[in-house]
Amino acid sequence: MTYEPKDLKVVGTRPVRPDGVDKVTGRANFGADHALPGQLVGKVLRSPYAHARIVSIDTSKAEALAGVKSIIVGEDMQDIAHELSQSGESAIDVHDLSLNVLARGKVLYDGHALAAVAATSAKIADDAIALIDVTYDVLPHVVDVDDAMKPDAPVLHDDMFTKGLEETPTTASNIASRMEMAMGDVEEGFKHADVIIERSYKTKAVHQGYIEPHAVVASFGEDGSAYVWCSSQGHFAVRDLSAKVLGMDSSSIRVIPAEIGGGFGGKTTVYLEPLAIALSKRAGRPVKMTMTRAEVFRATGPTPATSMDVKIGATKDGKIVAADCEFRFHAGAFAGSPVGAACMAGLTPYALENARVVGYDVVSNTCKSGAYRAPGAPNGAFSVESAMDELATELKMDPIELRHINAAEEGTKAIYGPTFKQIGCKDVLVATREHPHYKSNLGPNQGRGIASGFWFNVGGQSNAAINVHEDGTITVVEGSPDIGGTRAAMAMMAAEVLGIDYDRVQVVVADTASIGHTDGTGGSRVTFATGMAVTNAAEDVVTQLRTRAAATMGVDVDDVVWQDGAAIATKGDAGSLSLAEIAATAARTGGIIVGRSSINAKGAGPSFATHICDVEVDPETGYIEILRYTSIQDVGKAIHPSYVEGQMQGGAVQGIGWALNEEYFYNEDGILENPGFLDYRMPVASDLPKIDTVMVEVPNPSHPFGVRGVGEAPLVPPLAAVVNAIEDATGVRMTELPVTPVKMLAALDARKEAAE
Amino acid sequence: MARIVLTGDLARRFAGKDTEIKVAARNVRHLYQLLDELYPGMGEVFASRALAVAIDGDIVADAYLEPLEDDTEVAFLPAIRGG
Repeated sequence: MTYEPKDLKVVGTRPVRPDGVDKVTGRANFGADHALPGQLVGKVLRSPYAHARIVSIDTSKAEALAGVKSIIVGEDMQDIAHELSQSGESAIDVHDLSLNVLARGKVLYDGHALAAVAATSAKIADDAIALIDVTYDVLPHVVDVDDAMKPDAPVLHDDMFTKGLEETPTTASNIASRMEMAMGDVEEGFKHADVIIERSYKTKAVHQGYIEPHAVVASFGEDGSAYVWCSSQGHFAVRDLSAKVLGMDSSSIRVIPAEIGGGFGGKTTVYLEPLAIALSKRAGRPVKMTMTRAEVFRATGPTPATSMDVKIGATKDGKIVAADCEFRFHAGAFAGSPVGAACMAGLTPYALENARVVGYDVVSNTCKSGAYRAPGAPNGAFSVESAMDELATELKMDPIELRHINAAEEGTKAIYGPTFKQIGCKDVLVATREHPHYKSNLGPNQGRGIASGFWFNVGGQSNAAINVHEDGTITVVEGSPDIGGTRAAMAMMAAEVLGIDYDRVQVVVADTASIGHTDGTGGSRVTFATGMAVTNAAEDVVTQLRTRAAATMGVDVDDVVWQDGAAIATKGDAGSLSLAEIAATAARTGGIIVGRSSINAKGAGPSFATHICDVEVDPETGYIEILRYTSIQDVGKAIHPSYVEGQMQGGAVQGIGWALNEEYFYNEDGILENPGFLDYRMPVASDLPKIDTVMVEVPNPSHPFGVRGVGEAPLVPPLAAVVNAIEDATGVRMTELPVTPVKMLAALDARKEAAE
Repeated sequence: MARIVLTGDLARRFAGKDTEIKVAARNVRHLYQLLDELYPGMGEVFASRALAVAIDGDIVADAYLEPLEDDTEVAFLPAIRGG
């Protein structure tokens, strides 16, 4: 499908969201709201150690406790060979997934699950957990990514031999893989540089911070099938991954999606679901499991901590002649950090002739890292965009001008291979430069930073069906959990194609047995890909409506056009029939009209964003206040602008938290010390100004309405934008996140002492 | 013939360096077969699903039957996990 400019009546407007009333009145059902008659309460025993061999697990006392109905330990789970299972746009190693769901042999991080209990009450389940007697052989541990790469580091997996080297090593290590991407001749390029910036950077693991904890209800039936109710970013992935872990058929598991209270990438895999199914199977009763906030922090995927080196060289006139990066990402206890995406994304806003990026995927004794909006890209951009800022300072050049000189455009070949088609990188930079924010004045101790970012966006598999009811109303049935307002976007696109009012369309997110496989809500894909499926299905409906109308009016279908919700005969005096009129007689003209579409969408089109951040740094306390913030992004075509602005604002806020406050804090024993919102400080409304947004609309040529994904790119620039603003305010370059007041004050004091 | 861009680890492992080659493949599945004949073992990499495909700049998941026309650019990249 290709983009064609047209007059739009619904797309681009801001109707009331269909899920709003239910959510503000509490009627919406989230994962933890579901309940079944006779359900048990499931709880998980988690490791108190960062790294230990499981010598024995004795469940006899717990089993003897009245009210305990089932217990499972690692030995009850099937062994699975290493195999990549396609989960939406990415692949997950089901062997590692299974060991993360329930440990066998060793526990690999504080909070690693190693037994689960179902009982008639939460109290009994908690008591049973306390009665499980585990003997551990505590092992040395390693948390920091650079420490984990050292030759003498404690090794997590005896069978991990670094992939991607010219010769596979014979000694196991924590380096799962090495990758390299390169173009041109980096060494030769640096010879032509007048200025070279070379720095190292570090970021800490941060959590996605969704309000809703992971929760599930599973009911295993006598026929060997299971019903699962849970919130996730992809219930088809929950079904397929649970089936793989448990050795079941996908058709034996039916997953019914609940409303989701935030995911941001963190709900694209399974943690509790296989356990709940297994416990229900043993108990013969439904089992409900809900994580505590501490469990969410300890055992569900944060983004990886990283250590990065960047070297960029440019000529006096600002032309980048070479860039060389090394990114070291810790994946947590199992391989699979997003270092590959970081390698591909970090330098991509720029058209480079000579560039090299080396990435290392490293395991350590921390919770398995998970996806988090534009996984890997914010980290990479933090390092590259910080270096770009220093480069601009050294060159005495406006930082936007430096970026504009080197910006990627149509025809630019990215370091990961492809050549860009129409992209909005330069348009975004121009919009940033012209924004009043960029020209406004600053006061004492205040500074301004800008940073750019890129995200690929993906397409993938989506299904949609559109039912036309007898009264002329419409139900869109699709398979994408609605996290960012996609039901409204789907209704709007369907209404636009059908030529009817938005409020005539209802959208249902169907369960895994009621619509064809749909990849998860991730990769900024839903409004693009599922929107394309809905558009196709609506056009299928229009074709059928025209055919029925032509037959009814007695004219050739080629002489019937669809306009403003009606089939209009273009020849003779047959007149027209509205959608409602055609629907009213559908039973007598061939049966109910149903439009369908099943696609593997391509042409997602990348997003580019640039952010402006103003800060004020208190020299007495080190406190950093965000004074003003503007997010500028190429959004393709905004279907519902309010939702797009919301994505841009939310990404900025999460990035500000990442830059200033948030971090997983492990003590010397490798225990997470801040698994709660009191000690894990996320930004709240009173911390921030209103985030201003500028939507640059460069239509995606591959989508009928010009849609690009918008959900991830806004989290790519903020880390560097904040740090660049701090440097502008203080003259101090901060290279390790988060920049807490303590860290800021120490840096200011160190500079003061050095000057004295 | 389609223009196949081999970069990064895939290029180093099988071609020794980054390279572009022309391959007369009908579609992506056919391309995988031809590349495996040209670079024995490359087919296993594709089968592992660790790589995504970019066709004329568009990242396409599981693109077996995607037609490849004259001068279509095909690049391979590590599979991306969206958030």
